[in-house]
Amino acid sequence: MLELTFFNVTNGLIIGAFYALMAIGLSLILNLSGVINFAHGGFLVIGGYLAFTLRPYIGFWGALLVAPFLTAIIGFVVERLLIRRLYGRDPLYSLLLTFGLAFIIEDGTRQIWGANGLPFSVPEALMSPLSTQFFFITGYRMFMVAMVAIVVGVLFVLLRYTRIGVRIRAGTLDLETVAALGVNVRALRSLNFAVGIFLAGLAGVLAAGQIGLEPTMGDSLLMPSFIAIIVGGVGSLTGTLLGGLLIGVASGLTAVVFPSASEAIIYVMMAIVLLVRPRGLLGEEGMMS
Amino acid sequence: MKPELQKQTKQWVRAAGVAAIWAALISAPFWMPLFGGYTALGTRVLVLGLAAMSVNFLLGFTGVLSFGHAAWFGLGAYGAGFVLKWAVLSTPVAVIAGTLLGGIAGALLGALLVRRRGVYFAMVTIAFGQVFYYIAFQWSSVTGGDDGLRGFERQPLDFGAFSLDLLHNDVYFFYFALFCFAVAVTLMALILRSPFGRTMIAIRENERRARFLGIPIEFHIWAAFSLSCFFMALAGALYALLNNFADPRVFHYSLSGDFVIMAVMGGMRTFWGPLLGAIVFVVLQDYISSVTVNWMSFIGILIVLIVLFFPRGILGLIEQRRAA
Amino acid sequence: MIRPFAALDRRTVIKAGAALGVTQIAAPFVISARGETPIKIGVDNPLTGTYAAPGKNENTGMQLAVDQLNAKNGILGRKVELLIEDSTSGDAGTAVQKARKLIERDNVDFLVGNVNSALAQAMAQVSNEKGILHIVPGGHTDGITGVNCKWNVFRVCNTTRMEANSIVPLLFNTYGKKWHFITPDYAFGHTLYEGCEADLKKLGGTITGNELTPLGVTDFSAYLIKARAANPDVLIVLVQGNDMVNCLKQISQFGIEKQLHVAGTQQELESVEAMPPEARVGIWMFEWYWKQPGTTPGLDQFIADIRKRADGKVPTARTWFGYLTIHAYALACEKAKTIEAKAAAKALADLEMPPEIKMQPNKVYFRGGDHQLMLSAFIGELLHKGDGDPENLFKVNHIIAGDSSAPPVSETGCTMQIPA
Repeated sequence: MLELTFFNVTNGLIIGAFYALMAIGLSLILNLSGVINFAHGGFLVIGGYLAFTLRPYIGFWGALLVAPFLTAIIGFVVERLLIRRLYGRDPLYSLLLTFGLAFIIEDGTRQIWGANGLPFSVPEALMSPLSTQFFFITGYRMFMVAMVAIVVGVLFVLLRYTRIGVRIRAGTLDLETVAALGVNVRALRSLNFAVGIFLAGLAGVLAAGQIGLEPTMGDSLLMPSFIAIIVGGVGSLTGTLLGGLLIGVASGLTAVVFPSASEAIIYVMMAIVLLVRPRGLLGEEGMMS
Repeated sequence: MKPELQKQTKQWVRAAGVAAIWAALISAPFWMPLFGGYTALGTRVLVLGLAAMSVNFLLGFTGVLSFGHAAWFGLGAYGAGFVLKWAVLSTPVAVIAGTLLGGIAGALLGALLVRRRGVYFAMVTIAFGQVFYYIAFQWSSVTGGDDGLRGFERQPLDFGAFSLDLLHNDVYFFYFALFCFAVAVTLMALILRSPFGRTMIAIRENERRARFLGIPIEFHIWAAFSLSCFFMALAGALYALLNNFADPRVFHYSLSGDFVIMAVMGGMRTFWGPLLGAIVFVVLQDYISSVTVNWMSFIGILIVLIVLFFPRGILGLIEQRRAA
Repeated sequence: MIRPFAALDRRTVIKAGAALGVTQIAAPFVISARGETPIKIGVDNPLTGTYAAPGKNENTGMQLAVDQLNAKNGILGRKVELLIEDSTSGDAGTAVQKARKLIERDNVDFLVGNVNSALAQAMAQVSNEKGILHIVPGGHTDGITGVNCKWNVFRVCNTTRMEANSIVPLLFNTYGKKWHFITPDYAFGHTLYEGCEADLKKLGGTITGNELTPLGVTDFSAYLIKARAANPDVLIVLVQGNDMVNCLKQISQFGIEKQLHVAGTQQELESVEAMPPEARVGIWMFEWYWKQPGTTPGLDQFIADIRKRADGKVPTARTWFGYLTIHAYALACEKAKTIEAKAAAKALADLEMPPEIKMQPNKVYFRGGDHQLMLSAFIGELLHKGDGDPENLFKVNHIIAGDSSAPPVSETGCTMQIPA
């Protein structure tokens, strides 16, 4: 029983790390620009499919490096052409826009790459499990966790110590003042959006290795990201990270006793957080109200 | 023209417009086939139009963004289905039961949600909607799960002397739906014209000022939210009867999104706008999906164009023109 | 401040849209000169969403059949027209609406669909209401030719009972008696499990556990951990589609197929094509497969024809479902000498499919009692490394006749009510 619990908790952490990656990208965009990016799952899909197309030319590692950047560029273009026009308006409109974008992306990927699922192999080196006892901890899962840890770590360092990072954090709290201080807020938002999309694209490449590629795969990953943000607290990236890991672990723990409820538990957690501490675990009071 | 005359003309024009709308609705089954339509499509437009108007009741008139309103729609649908399947074989009872289920659930859960606003509120409503989707999907022993709730159908309306076969006669069912629609819409209009309705609009315009005026904001928002849930649930119950079927998709956020799009497309701050938006959206989607397999791209592009260039919607544009 | 899209304002968009709209609306009113009115076949199948791939393949098979018919004499001398609508993969409301549209507005003579069993049943209610002949090519739930059977509805793909009956005895004799299941938690999964359970118990086997997995779950580790701990002889994977792909991938990633045997009931080429090579493990059943032992009349031509239409890819069972559906309808109408629904339905019952249509050994026909097609089960193993042919992913070892694995009509729960 203890072994089973340990297995599932570790597994939950691995899944949680992945949710956190998605959620942090979403959170970045939400915090600075006030945009709920319904198309985040779509960008994940784009990242995965781009990696699939690039793979025969530059290999797995090349695709891992390049695909997220390409996705970020696409995101940057989308932000500049479409989303930028909606910042002054009611948040409803940017939400609807990303909603429409999600449709276009899903149909577009189906048109370009076909409706059937596509396989995406990871390098041999990553495939085997670490040991026969811990057979479910495959090299690839460890690699995913490592990637998430590195990228999130780099992101936090950037946000804390670079000028742009400080500006983004300041902008989250009070964008008007930041603008008044002479910062080019437009460029900041575009860059921030691109970073968020970069994370989505990266999540897509990692997901492709884990679950293959399929035009509708973004949908199922969008909801846990939302919940991670709600649980962790809107406005706090650390909170989102924590939220992602928490719901992953909760899911893993539930799988020990009641496997069919392992997905339901994340909704239950959200409900509890909303009842007991509506701002989320690390959320700031007054954010987004 | 003298201001008095101008005002009276405006009122006449408005009344004529409303009369025209009702005339078109009542005679729909007769002129629709001329344009390649069919009665079931008309009923669908009516039901989804009611749903869009319910969302607009909250969104356009109170300024509260709920993107998970399909939750109450779905509860209305499943409620009606449960009643017909296991309780009473009666169409009116099913409709009322569905309306109550969705409305009461909305009122209860609304109390949880009303303290949040703006983007965060929208996120929470989305997540809440998905909770219901998830429950409908998973609790297959009760809801039928992915296969949906089946095994019920609309019952004939018994008026003693004669009965209307709602099941086999599409036209009769259209008029039944139209009757429910009329009741709901009249109630909505009455509420909006009442002092309560005026307060809702005041809150939409400037919440802080309304608060300073001593208006209990939370209560009003909760009340508006709950009312919109009742209307939504009614639409859902009718939808279940239209299909003789209820499936988890009635809870999905994409359906919530569709309702919001209809409201925006037709004119978010107008009363009849959402119905117009529903007509355009449903007919367009029906037509485009027959013509091309890439209909999703077209709908997506349409949404993007509307958001960027026509945020006031069709009726909103017309009103703007007239005011200019 | 430069605003690159200043020129693209509302007015331009409205004008462009109006121009586009006029050309679109004008189209349907163009009346082409035709001799005899064509026979219209309405297809209400998924073209978007999760089931887009099988739906598309079914449509390809149908289109080939229609073109073949039109190249000769059509049906009873009349041309055949295929009207295709997207039912979406899960929105019953849309599927029902499209069915009504096809029947009421477009006046189709014959309805086809759906991949999704729930949608198929919703559509069957409509087709029955309107008295239109309806064939379900690929919706698997037993009720369609069981408890909910209708005089106007026929089904091509097999039932869960047939699947279980065809493969369980084979697996039992080859691998052993202790079985562990991974079952998708919805109606199809439950009935499939019950069928396997019943057959296994009859043979004297035991079940070490049944993991019910939510639909759409991507991570099977928790279930696989449990399954391994139970130490069965065989791990039976009943999940389908993307779930199947992920489950098998994880099974091979964890090296589970090295400790116990892996098998399942239904497998589809669409899923196998989405798997990386190392995930192709286990013994499975296909409802039809393109590479068969021996010679099969009509098969090579069929494969060649489909390759031309499907970017060089081979036909799948779904392609064959669609192909057979249209030809079966044509044969029934020719036999009844009319397209009238009741007569055609009567003619279709127990009608044997000719060799170039069935493309398999064993007798293939729609059983009269429940309108279920008695198609054969192609049982074999997935090929890890291929057998020299890079396209061939599966080796067929046994082809079991449909009517030997189908339960008798009395056990299906079908009480067909044929109108006068």
